[in-house]
Amino acid sequence: MAAEQLFDLTLILLLLGLAGAALHTRSLYTSIVLFIVFGLMLALTWARLGAVDLALAEAAIGAGLIGVMLLAALARSAADSTSQPARVPLSISLLLGVLVLALLIRAIQPLADSNSVLPALVDTHLDESGVSHPVTAVLLNFRAWDTLLELVVLLLALIGVRQLGSSGMALPPTWPLLRAWSRMLAPLTIIVGGYLLWRGSHAPGGAFQAGAVLAAGAVMLRLAGLLPAIRWSRWPVRALMLGGVATFALVAAGTHWMGDGWLNYPPGWSKQLILLIEITATLSIATSLTVLVIGENEHPAP
Amino acid sequence: MTSTLIYLCGGVSLWVLGLHALLVHRNALRRIMAVNVMGSGVFMVMVALASRDSAVDPVLQALVVTGLVVAASATAFTLRLATADPLDEDDQERK
Repeated sequence: MAAEQLFDLTLILLLLGLAGAALHTRSLYTSIVLFIVFGLMLALTWARLGAVDLALAEAAIGAGLIGVMLLAALARSAADSTSQPARVPLSISLLLGVLVLALLIRAIQPLADSNSVLPALVDTHLDESGVSHPVTAVLLNFRAWDTLLELVVLLLALIGVRQLGSSGMALPPTWPLLRAWSRMLAPLTIIVGGYLLWRGSHAPGGAFQAGAVLAAGAVMLRLAGLLPAIRWSRWPVRALMLGGVATFALVAAGTHWMGDGWLNYPPGWSKQLILLIEITATLSIATSLTVLVIGENEHPAP
Repeated sequence: MTSTLIYLCGGVSLWVLGLHALLVHRNALRRIMAVNVMGSGVFMVMVALASRDSAVDPVLQALVVTGLVVAASATAFTLRLATADPLDEDDQERK
């Protein structure tokens, strides 16, 4: 018992140390690298807390793709200006932090002992959901609205990035080792992505994790110079990006038309409908994340 | 002190750490990272609450999976906003 808590304490202290170092190190490049390590440690924490779905998603999205985006933004942005004075004096900010921390910890303590009725509810209805993994059942059946709107948010972010004109990352000449490695890793990402997608119905995994892994593979191939530029104007890219939301909305409208209400799947059809949504959502999430990270305009900046 | 309480306090501390960095720094990339650390703190509180019983709460975990993708989309958009060229294309057109 004590050994487990020692592990938990070490993990938390490591996370706090990494976050503090990432946010306050002088060199911006170092702090981004520390932030990526922080993401990986966070994935380990989710695994420790029994949220394997989350650990998979965090390792691919939180540590992988956000790291690439931060490094690309660092390359685009102006010189670091740590010499500027702080926005709020350090002493005031520290005082405020300590006060807020004390208040929040007082507020959160009672929550540790209360318990929730939701796990039991999910358990009783799991048989009707069409899948046997509770998290997937919640994501794509009981609370399918959240997932639909999440795909819409992803689409909105894409449209926003597109309005600003895309980055047009200048790729440096690639070195042979990177190219050789990405040739070996790319088929593996496709196999792992497909496996995660299929496993999602009865074990940790699913559309988000599979999409994130596929996107990571595409970004790696692009950085190695093995893929052509992924442009907004190509119609397959657009079709894939819109496919997830479109299929989901069609299923929602279809179930409404059949008389069961929005996103209430007719009995016996849940498994097929969930699988259809998951496959299109995976492709949509993979394309959207790839384009968010390395999308390029048809007219690159001169 | 149980594991759940350790992670709850850890999540709150991460959130406050991010808030402090958000208040102190001026650099846009650092502030975006600070907001992400605050988000991680919130996720940690939710995941700790999800695993407080012997039966893990799938609703909270699913919400955090959704939140992770939303956070990544928002981060991509803010990073693009932070490094956008300040209106130089419009100026060139007017000239």
